[in-house]
Amino acid sequence: MEGLKRTALYPLHLKYGGKMVDFGGWELPVQFAGIIEEHRAVRTEAGLFDVSHMGEITVEGPDALALVQQLVTNDASKLSLNQVLYTPMCYENGTVVDDLLVYRMGEDRFFLVVNASNTDKDFAWMQQVAKSFPRAEVKNVSPEWSQLALQGPEAEAILQPLVDGNLSDIAYYWAKPGMVVDGVKCLVSRTGYTGEDGFEIYCPWDEAPHLWETLLQAGADRGLMPIGLGARDTLRFEARLPLYGHEINDQTTPIEAGLGMFVKFDKPAFNGKDVLARQKAEGVSKKLVGFEMVERGIARAEYPIQKGGREVGHVTTGNYSPTLEKNLGLGFVPPELTAVGTELDIVIRGKAVRATVVKTPFYKRAPVNK
Amino acid sequence: MSENPRDLKYSKEHEWLRQEGNTGVVGITLFAQDQLGDVVFVELPEVGRVLKAGEQFGVVESVKTVSDLYSPANGKVVAVNEKLADKPEVVNSDPYGEGWMVKLEIESVDPSLMDAEAYDKHTAGGGH
Repeated sequence: MEGLKRTALYPLHLKYGGKMVDFGGWELPVQFAGIIEEHRAVRTEAGLFDVSHMGEITVEGPDALALVQQLVTNDASKLSLNQVLYTPMCYENGTVVDDLLVYRMGEDRFFLVVNASNTDKDFAWMQQVAKSFPRAEVKNVSPEWSQLALQGPEAEAILQPLVDGNLSDIAYYWAKPGMVVDGVKCLVSRTGYTGEDGFEIYCPWDEAPHLWETLLQAGADRGLMPIGLGARDTLRFEARLPLYGHEINDQTTPIEAGLGMFVKFDKPAFNGKDVLARQKAEGVSKKLVGFEMVERGIARAEYPIQKGGREVGHVTTGNYSPTLEKNLGLGFVPPELTAVGTELDIVIRGKAVRATVVKTPFYKRAPVNK
Repeated sequence: MSENPRDLKYSKEHEWLRQEGNTGVVGITLFAQDQLGDVVFVELPEVGRVLKAGEQFGVVESVKTVSDLYSPANGKVVAVNEKLADKPEVVNSDPYGEGWMVKLEIESVDPSLMDAEAYDKHTAGGGH
């Protein structure tokens, strides 16, 4: 494909039979063995993802925390060293610039991980906001980092023999910088986008192929397989994790998208606070719900949602769920239609097809007794 | 060595037709199911529907794609494969056998259909 960006793993994607597609300007595999097989492998054993296209941005300096606090809705001052949080980042009108992870790497050092499709936009936005924070420096370090995600119930068992240190010491949403993974110094965090236990491993750009091959070999007898973007989407969808451009975008606020728990109104100030506070107090005109198809049909992004023959909203993500083996969807409806059991119609190729509102997340992994 | 059965006719849009006298069986090809990926939904017409060659008669959906199905003949739908409602994955595992989609009473076949050799060449070039 012409003019697309490639990660360091491109030759290995071809070697392992990846079906390559254009994903926001990157040439990446949508699948290897098949989306459903890959999806189920992650839920029952483990999967390895190339997520090197994601963006990494550092914020450093005496004003670093203050800048991060202004940028994001969650409270970064609560982060201990090496702790991680998930947060929306909003415009002044409360709509979403992006959703991201914030890693606290030092008193005055933060490592932000953003969506691949938004990296340039986010960096420009952060630089703009940083003008009011002269003692904070923002750097786009994306070209320096590759990232692999190892996800699934077998992830820890697969990774442990390859690292110095105990992975069991890394709690959920915590990181360990400078962890040596098969001789390579990496940032390792217990985070992920699948709803399973697992790790995200950040390494220097050129080290990714070595780690990929080492991990696949190490995980071979535990069912580890390469996973493409197709299964990455069905996995996060079942776990009700938002995808920018679908559940969140610059026309939607975190409150509307059901991400209110990541908006901390105790913070003195942050971009969008006024609008979001008002939404919290007065209510919203649209709310994200999950639904299950009752009649035959698959809901897809942008299909209209109707009630009583009238269009009331739209689908943001919809698909066959490989784990639950039914057709599910997420979409925006007016607040009065959000109760579980509410009947809705999804318009599929011009026909109203019945669905019913259900609880989300659709899938939640079984808690592990530790 | 091709896996496209020699006794079938093929359309540009990757449907196949097996003709037995006046009856025809229609499905999608090995190439098509591979392009689509895991099939999760098939929408088929009502029995009795009259189709023109080239007319859209249904939809096949994979996880990532929604794809129209086009009739390779003028005729009437006399049977549809009900198994595909519960087991759409059969289209992937057995596209020329258990994955059949509709049976037609054929009035006339689309003259632009290819034989197996021509279809082999068509898909070798990327299928467009």
